[in-house]
Amino acid sequence: MAFKGAIDIDKEKCKGCAVCVANCPTASIQLSKMVNNKGYHYAEMVGEGCIGCSSCAIVCPDSVISVYRIKI
Amino acid sequence: MAEKILLKGNEAIAISAIRNGIDGYFGYPITPQSEVMETLMKERPWLTTGMVVLQAESETSSINMVYGGAASGKKVMTSSSSPGISLMCEGISYLAGAELPCVIVDCQRGGPGLGTIQPSQSDYNQVVKGGGHGDYRNIVLAPASAQDMYDFVDLGFDLAFRYRNPVVILADGIVGQMMEKVELRPEKPRRSQEEVISDAPWAAVGKPSSRERNIITSLSLEADVQEKFNHKLQEKYDLIQEKEVRYETYRVEDAEYLFVAFGCSSRICEAATDLLREEGYKVGMLRPVTLFPFPAKVVSDMADKVRSMMSIELNLGQMVDDVRLAANGKCPVGFYGRQGGNIFTPDEIAEAFKKFNNFE
Amino acid sequence: MNIEDIKKPENLVYSKTPLLTDAVMHYCPGCSHGVVHKLVAEVIEEMGIQDKTVGISPVGCSVFAYNYIDIDWQQAAHGRAPALATAVKRLNPEKYVFTYQGDGDLCSIGTAEIIHACARGENILVIFINNGIYGMTGGQMAPTTLLGMKTSTTPYGRDAKLNGFPMVIAPMIAELDGTAYITRQSVHTAAAARKAKAAIRKGLEYSVKGVGLSFVEIVATCNSGWKLSPVEANRWMVENMFPKYPIGDIKDVLKDK
Repeated sequence: MAFKGAIDIDKEKCKGCAVCVANCPTASIQLSKMVNNKGYHYAEMVGEGCIGCSSCAIVCPDSVISVYRIKI
Repeated sequence: MAEKILLKGNEAIAISAIRNGIDGYFGYPITPQSEVMETLMKERPWLTTGMVVLQAESETSSINMVYGGAASGKKVMTSSSSPGISLMCEGISYLAGAELPCVIVDCQRGGPGLGTIQPSQSDYNQVVKGGGHGDYRNIVLAPASAQDMYDFVDLGFDLAFRYRNPVVILADGIVGQMMEKVELRPEKPRRSQEEVISDAPWAAVGKPSSRERNIITSLSLEADVQEKFNHKLQEKYDLIQEKEVRYETYRVEDAEYLFVAFGCSSRICEAATDLLREEGYKVGMLRPVTLFPFPAKVVSDMADKVRSMMSIELNLGQMVDDVRLAANGKCPVGFYGRQGGNIFTPDEIAEAFKKFNNFE
Repeated sequence: MNIEDIKKPENLVYSKTPLLTDAVMHYCPGCSHGVVHKLVAEVIEEMGIQDKTVGISPVGCSVFAYNYIDIDWQQAAHGRAPALATAVKRLNPEKYVFTYQGDGDLCSIGTAEIIHACARGENILVIFINNGIYGMTGGQMAPTTLLGMKTSTTPYGRDAKLNGFPMVIAPMIAELDGTAYITRQSVHTAAAARKAKAAIRKGLEYSVKGVGLSFVEIVATCNSGWKLSPVEANRWMVENMFPKYPIGDIKDVLKDK
């Protein structure tokens, strides 16, 4: 069984620590070149490789990531 | 006829706590107050009223257990003696800062340092003026008998909960160790959990969905918030000063001279007053029962009438500062005290009185 | 299927627990506290014990834990949280009572309180965040600072002759009969965080079984204090902290029986 996923990031609450980036098994998350109102390079989803495993959300210290997942 | 039994002052504290439905006692042994916990452990109130009694590892821990218990809305208390109260001062400041009700018994001994295990009134400044950090006040009750010890437990909790403030029963080695007849007042059951929540809706004891979370803290990093909170505390202390002054007088109606004495000293001063009256000196005595709030207005009014006052204390002059402030120069204010566990006799006080007033 | 089609409520598999408030945490980016707070909140939500739980916050960075987890809180003087928890639990035996303490709070100024709470077998959960440094006050040496580790009060590295040896508290309290469950966990990966969450849940469950004190140590980072990026700090922790503070269960009286 395979999964496909997607994430929502509350970019204004993200502090750009990049712990999610280091924890993503499919390299589907990176820090944006843009900054939020606090000046942090916030995390953003990239590409279509996300499998909805929630690793990023679990290790996010600021709980800014929501995860969606479907079976394919 | 109410039942009367012979009790030491310290035992009266313990028996009163059980009979008044107190929820918890946390303490650490120290002379001359160890009978409080010894009596509680012997009585085993957890089998009858459900009262929790625990011997902690230190006074520091005891007072912080009191903080935890008080923050959950319970009637909790501790007792100690002067060096132990010094250790507790951090916790007392936190209790005052978090506006938590509790009762602390200080059965004073002599200091500074390890000092002596004998009676003293050396903690007036520490307990009445603060002790810990910050602009806070304890409500301070000064018992002069075993009966006072018994009665002040319930009165103390009454005041503590009314004002959400720590109350200190400032006893001493004499009052704690002395055995006297004590009338056992009618018992009060411990409160149900519903009554606890109703008395203390602010208690942090589990958040139901019906209310916001309760947070017990003394921290506010914003200067304006902290200043506003301190002003609120001062307003509370002003209200306490206005409403809760308690004192007793002895032969003051026609007095030309006044003794001011609290706790055990007031009983010795009564005898000194009688002695001097027999010799023709029109002496009276004022016994402040609350040290904070101090009966400043009474002292001030008396200062208009008498030729002089003397503060008589088992220390080297602590309450006398408050007497002088209240008298405000309207009459001379003298002092006589003993230290180190020595206790003055009525004769000694009478002699000091004559010396101060140049009668010899 | 495109990404927006996946983002539908029925496909939501993970989001912030409502037991975490909406307050933005004051912690530095990448701080372990945020993850541990989340795990605590999730466990309380999943167990349905919000109305029966009392948290005791310490002095240190996590003093403000009460701003983030939506339960009743008491804030303790430095190191005294186990004393507060002792009284709260003894006076309210049906409640779930936990302390949340850092290494300075628990392992230095509060050593007496934690050891005696353990010795008495208080039925509470202690969550101990060990990042080897004082974060709140600006990165001074903590009792758990590793030998050689640079802090603002050990600028040339911790020297045993000058500063003494690191304090290793978990095995010490495991010797005491009053402790029921002692474990060391971390939260630097999703797998580690899942195990840490299970440990926190077990500790809370034990606290109402009357078996004694549960102690969940989280070996954590303080990337600001360590002067590393959050990701580098996690790596440094694995390489340097884990050898001194190995991850895993140290004692479990119900399992060991």
